[in-house]
Amino acid sequence: MANTISSETMDYVGILAKLELSLEEKEAARKDMERMLDYIDQLNELDTSQTEPLSHVFPVNNVFREDVVTNGDEREKILKNAPEQKDGAFKVPKTVE
Amino acid sequence: MSKQYETVIGLEVHVELATKTKIFCGCSTEFGGAPNSHTCPVCTGMPGALPVLNRQVVEYALAVGLAANCSINQYCKFDRKNYFYPDNPQNYQISQLYLPICHDGWVEIETKAGKKRVGIHEIHMEEDAGKLIHDEWEDCSLVDYNRSGVPLIEIVSEPDMRSGDEVIAYLEKLRMIIQYLGASDCKLQEGSMRADVNLSVREAGTRELGTRTEMKNLNSFKAIARAIEGERNRQIELLEDGKEIIQETRRWDDNKESSYAMRSKEDAQDYRYFPDPDLTPIIISDEWIARIKAQQPELQTEKMERYQREYQLPEYDAGILTASKHLADLFEETVKLCGKPKEVSNWLMTDAMRLLKEHEQEPQELSFSPGNLAKLIGLLEENVINRTVARSVFEMIFAENVDPEQYVEEKGLKVVSDEGALRKVIQEILEKNPQSAADYKAGKQKAMGFVVGQTMRAMKGKADPAVVNQLVKEILEELIVN
Amino acid sequence: MKRILELTALELGRRIKKKEIGVAEAAGAALAQMRVLEPELNCYVTVDERMVLDQAQKVQQKIDKGELTGPLAGVPAAIKDNLCVEGLPATCSSRILGKFVPSYTAEAVVRLLNGGAVILGKTNMDEFAMGSTTETSAFGATRNPWNPDHVPGGSSGGSCGAVAANECFYALGSDTGGSIRQPSSFCGVTGIKPTYGTVSRYGLIAYGSSLDQIGPVGKNVEDCAAVLEMISSYDSKDSTSICRKDYDFTSALVDDVRGMRIGIPKDYMGTGLDGQVKEAVLKAAEVLEKKGAIVEEFDLSLTEYGIPAYYVIASAEASSNLSRFDGVKYGFRAKEYEGLHNMYKKSRSEGFGAEVKRRIMLGSFVLSSGYYDAYYLKALKTKALIKQAFDQAFERYDVILGPTAPSTAPRLGQSLCDPLKMYLGDIYTVSVNLAGLPAMSVPCGQDSQGLPIGVQFIGNCFHEKDIIRAGYAYECSRSYETPELAVRGAEQAEIIYDEIVQQGHLTEENGPAKEPKETGSMKEAVYAAAKRGAGIRLAAFEKAGEQEVRHE
Repeated sequence: MANTISSETMDYVGILAKLELSLEEKEAARKDMERMLDYIDQLNELDTSQTEPLSHVFPVNNVFREDVVTNGDEREKILKNAPEQKDGAFKVPKTVE
Repeated sequence: MSKQYETVIGLEVHVELATKTKIFCGCSTEFGGAPNSHTCPVCTGMPGALPVLNRQVVEYALAVGLAANCSINQYCKFDRKNYFYPDNPQNYQISQLYLPICHDGWVEIETKAGKKRVGIHEIHMEEDAGKLIHDEWEDCSLVDYNRSGVPLIEIVSEPDMRSGDEVIAYLEKLRMIIQYLGASDCKLQEGSMRADVNLSVREAGTRELGTRTEMKNLNSFKAIARAIEGERNRQIELLEDGKEIIQETRRWDDNKESSYAMRSKEDAQDYRYFPDPDLTPIIISDEWIARIKAQQPELQTEKMERYQREYQLPEYDAGILTASKHLADLFEETVKLCGKPKEVSNWLMTDAMRLLKEHEQEPQELSFSPGNLAKLIGLLEENVINRTVARSVFEMIFAENVDPEQYVEEKGLKVVSDEGALRKVIQEILEKNPQSAADYKAGKQKAMGFVVGQTMRAMKGKADPAVVNQLVKEILEELIVN
Repeated sequence: MKRILELTALELGRRIKKKEIGVAEAAGAALAQMRVLEPELNCYVTVDERMVLDQAQKVQQKIDKGELTGPLAGVPAAIKDNLCVEGLPATCSSRILGKFVPSYTAEAVVRLLNGGAVILGKTNMDEFAMGSTTETSAFGATRNPWNPDHVPGGSSGGSCGAVAANECFYALGSDTGGSIRQPSSFCGVTGIKPTYGTVSRYGLIAYGSSLDQIGPVGKNVEDCAAVLEMISSYDSKDSTSICRKDYDFTSALVDDVRGMRIGIPKDYMGTGLDGQVKEAVLKAAEVLEKKGAIVEEFDLSLTEYGIPAYYVIASAEASSNLSRFDGVKYGFRAKEYEGLHNMYKKSRSEGFGAEVKRRIMLGSFVLSSGYYDAYYLKALKTKALIKQAFDQAFERYDVILGPTAPSTAPRLGQSLCDPLKMYLGDIYTVSVNLAGLPAMSVPCGQDSQGLPIGVQFIGNCFHEKDIIRAGYAYECSRSYETPELAVRGAEQAEIIYDEIVQQGHLTEENGPAKEPKETGSMKEAVYAAAKRGAGIRLAAFEKAGEQEVRHE
């Protein structure tokens, strides 16, 4: 089964992933994606109807921390890598809902 | 309008949990503080940082779920909800989609239309986002991650409500349950409780649901009621005009009393949920559930019954007093201090309620201490002040939480029961109003009331009314004899 | 000095303990080797000589006072650049991280530092560990010390190249689908990918969180076992960390495989495998058989499904993990943009390289509405089947033996033009990550071009000791080989070595860089050092074209 990915799908995935590809890049990425998906479709040869999906390889459960404050004021450290900051906050382009 | 329409409403209620620390890191959840002063690599999405779940979040979520008659997913996990927004530092929110902690519950509400059950579809745990502040000077936005990672539960109802009244009753019920559990303070104005309204309309009698919209930014019960009314009318108008209702998220502007669609071509609304590989599943044992149930504090219904039994309060009063956990706590603590449940109940039911209404406040906003109310009751009991004075002192307690003993002392409000002084005042009043004595002589009992009233006025309310009554009677009788 | 470079990490540790070699001497030797070879190899992204020598001096003092007594105290190490080290830039060999300098240190590195390691620098890698050649680095490809026309493998190509070239004594890498084992194989060194959850991932910049593990790269199995012992721990900061009882991996360093059951999967030895690699791997198996192991071939099954399942899972997780790089909190922000979403798009499109974008797009697609079940869920189910296949195999065998990679290191530029073909090179390594198993690559000879070949030992989960024992027994039958380039390099390095060591023994008046220690800030360290004219090399900044660091 050959997968066909439309240019609209590529645009849509670009919006999801916040990536802006040039026309050339987009075309290359589209072909890559089609090839990869064809390849991934091999998985359909496997009968997994009786198989539970395995997200965690080991059955580790109930990992908790207690509700105790352990962190102090680290805002200088947190902010020092900010591309732009103002008044102790991260500065971003105007964002209104 | 020729057709009859029915409004169908479901709610998504977000509640900030009262934990000391955030859901996945050891940062404080305290309100306020300079921007980003309660942050760390985890809650600012620094590369390489990893989340570790706060146990208390699970405990609170379980407590709320059990109190709302939910089934518990004894195997539950966290999923990532992927979307880009600056208040969301990882650009994914850790939430629960596939296996939320609680599901299929209900709460009972009561409105003028009677009692009914509102179904709860699910309750899930998730992290709150940071805050975006618009900077007018530079026309940019500033991001503060102090709220990022504060634990939330989202309570998703079934579309079981049909009116604004039911929605308010449902929210009040949820708020009461959660406050009783101590899981959150549920303040709408401060955003520790937030409700999104899903609303659709359909022709009365039809069963199929209409297209729904989601309304956000509702910060008070009044706003919710107005938004429901507004959206219902907007949808009906569209239908009447033969237009289509678009499934969308709308933002309510309470100042303009209207809503607008929050749409952007950059919002694909495709959250690509998948299980968070950084967090392990939670297995909730029967023992754990039993422990949470056992730890559950006395809830409203139980408390209400107890008040009637233990304090002989009428059902109505017990209902009002227990409707707010804060009010009930205030009541019980004051009773503990002064031992006069009826008296305490009277003060809260009449004066406190009246003042709340005047100030457009909720019972949970009562900010005076039980000690001061107890002292006031004591002053009244010991006749240090009379009831008229007491009511004005209570207003000061309500407004500024003044110490009544100190206040009465400073303002000289103590009852005057010095007979000599009172006699003098009464004599003066009778001299100024000779007609009163004449009337009394003629058998007009009303004249005595007039003299008593005048005396109380002259004493600026500070006289002991019983003593005044007694003296006025004595003096008038003397005049008759003479 | 030349002799120092040829030592294994444990040998050096012993000599330092006996005061035969100073810590600064050892660090200086590695720095000198770097000065000679780095222009050609490009194994490192960031090296700050002054900081290295300063640290060496401090470690030496602690050793002298008896505060550091571990077997690797004072031994200089290299760290893959996706591991955070406080005060050193962490780039993941990507433009998107810009000048990001973390204020925290990865738990694995904290444990190394507690054991007395001297951090030499951060090593080059495929951008965000996505690649098998170290060519996708934003700072240029690393070259294979055995033949600089060839790739070192990837993604931990910088770490493996640095160990092979004697530019460090051991290194840390990370392995998501073979990223420690495959470059170890290509560079003729040893590398272990431990059982998932054995080494804390805190401070590792995630690629595929459910698959990523940090592991050691060394000249031999002994060194790797010792380093693994140091970095393994239960860490409450990593929810997927597992509390184990058996962290004494060096206890498995016994030259005895009698009765050990070794299985060779037929699926690993069939089509697609280079003949010379096959021959070398089978020879390694023979050695173990002669030593008393029971070796047989068997059907593992499902091998071909590992790669598609891996690319779905790893890409999906990566698409989400890498969404935090958006130009808001740290890292690169595009210079020109219009509004928020355009800022996101431009920063990310300019900041990420082609391979990373390819995987983010694929990952976003497989998770998107309507495709989740068909791709992501299907891959997770395949992962379950693969785990079952290994579980069954380990009922019969203690260790699975096979090639690490289907071929030896390809020439530079050969792989990137056909990504799918490059992905196929991971066929023997990815399933191990899907099943969470421990595995190790050990050198087992060279092909006719003189390029190293690696044999892979795969163990059951939590059975690192089995593969360490097998690998060690095999290693005892042969001697370690150093690439010609490293040997020649050391001759030139000898000349500049003295100068560097002297810097390590600075007196009070021309004293060592104190400023960085006081402020803990990388930038200030750079300024301070630049003022003094010290030989600082901050390749990450320079290569990114950020020359102002030097001029200020």
